[in-house]
Amino acid sequence: MVNSIGAYFAMGGYAVYVWPAYGIATAVLGGLALYAWQRYRDSVRSLERLQRQLGPRR
Amino acid sequence: MLSRFANPARFMRISATALPWCAGASAAIIAVGLYLGLIVAPPDYQQGEAVRIMYIHVPAAWMALNAYLFVAVASGVALVWRHPLAEIAARSAAPIGAAFTFVCLATGSLWGRPMWGTWWVWDARLTSVLVLFFLYLGYIALVNGFDDPARGGRAGSILALVGVVNLPIIKFSVDWWNTLHQPASVLRFGKPTIALSMLMPLLVMALGFTLLFVTLLLVRMRTELNERKIRALRLNAMAAPMPTRRRPESAELAPPAALP
Repeated sequence: MVNSIGAYFAMGGYAVYVWPAYGIATAVLGGLALYAWQRYRDSVRSLERLQRQLGPRR
Repeated sequence: MLSRFANPARFMRISATALPWCAGASAAIIAVGLYLGLIVAPPDYQQGEAVRIMYIHVPAAWMALNAYLFVAVASGVALVWRHPLAEIAARSAAPIGAAFTFVCLATGSLWGRPMWGTWWVWDARLTSVLVLFFLYLGYIALVNGFDDPARGGRAGSILALVGVVNLPIIKFSVDWWNTLHQPASVLRFGKPTIALSMLMPLLVMALGFTLLFVTLLLVRMRTELNERKIRALRLNAMAAPMPTRRRPESAELAPPAALP
């Protein structure tokens, strides 16, 4: 079992190419998603704060 | 029909409902695609396990092209009809497309090293995709480079439309020039020249990436609309200072100004 898991992660000798490829994709797309979500949360919060400050106009 | 959805207030309503579904579906489908690509799909008889890079590289490349097409079409709509939502859509989509292009270039490099013996060659396909990446960066720099966002948007839209000539060059570069890059095996006339066990993870990942694009696009467009509203409210508050103190007496004299 340990051996076959080891063999799986070795990717037939291509581990140094396959895993970085998946790692880069995860880092770039995950990072973009995280950043976009944080900016969105910030925008919602400051909009709500601003609307509270300005009072119930409109 | 389209203009019904292109009203910012309606967009905020519809996108609020669609967002969690898109995000959930994207995560689930990418998980299935990773399972199919990393575990179920067999190793290639020539490339061995290195072929698994394809399940990221090729969908990322498709997204890089499709996202650019989206930016260009939205830019065209923004230029011709001056619709604010189209300009926001183009501006919001560009960094997502740039991210997919970067993933495509990086994974391609990691795939080229063991298969071709080089990280990079200046051949038609690779160079035209690098140009696509720089077009994205140029567009992003241009739309953010003006104090007046409307002017930046217009300049960026023109760049995006001019850059469209690069798309057919990328697509057909493998047929027009001799290149290390292999020709298309899925999107070609006639049957795909790829086994079903490898085609499935490819298509599932492509669907997952498309939904990820839509999810990120909605999040970024909502952010942009929120930030514009914040700017408008701040300007309004500055034009009429101390609204909270003035309100009690002025409320009866004049109706409060409507906000955009």
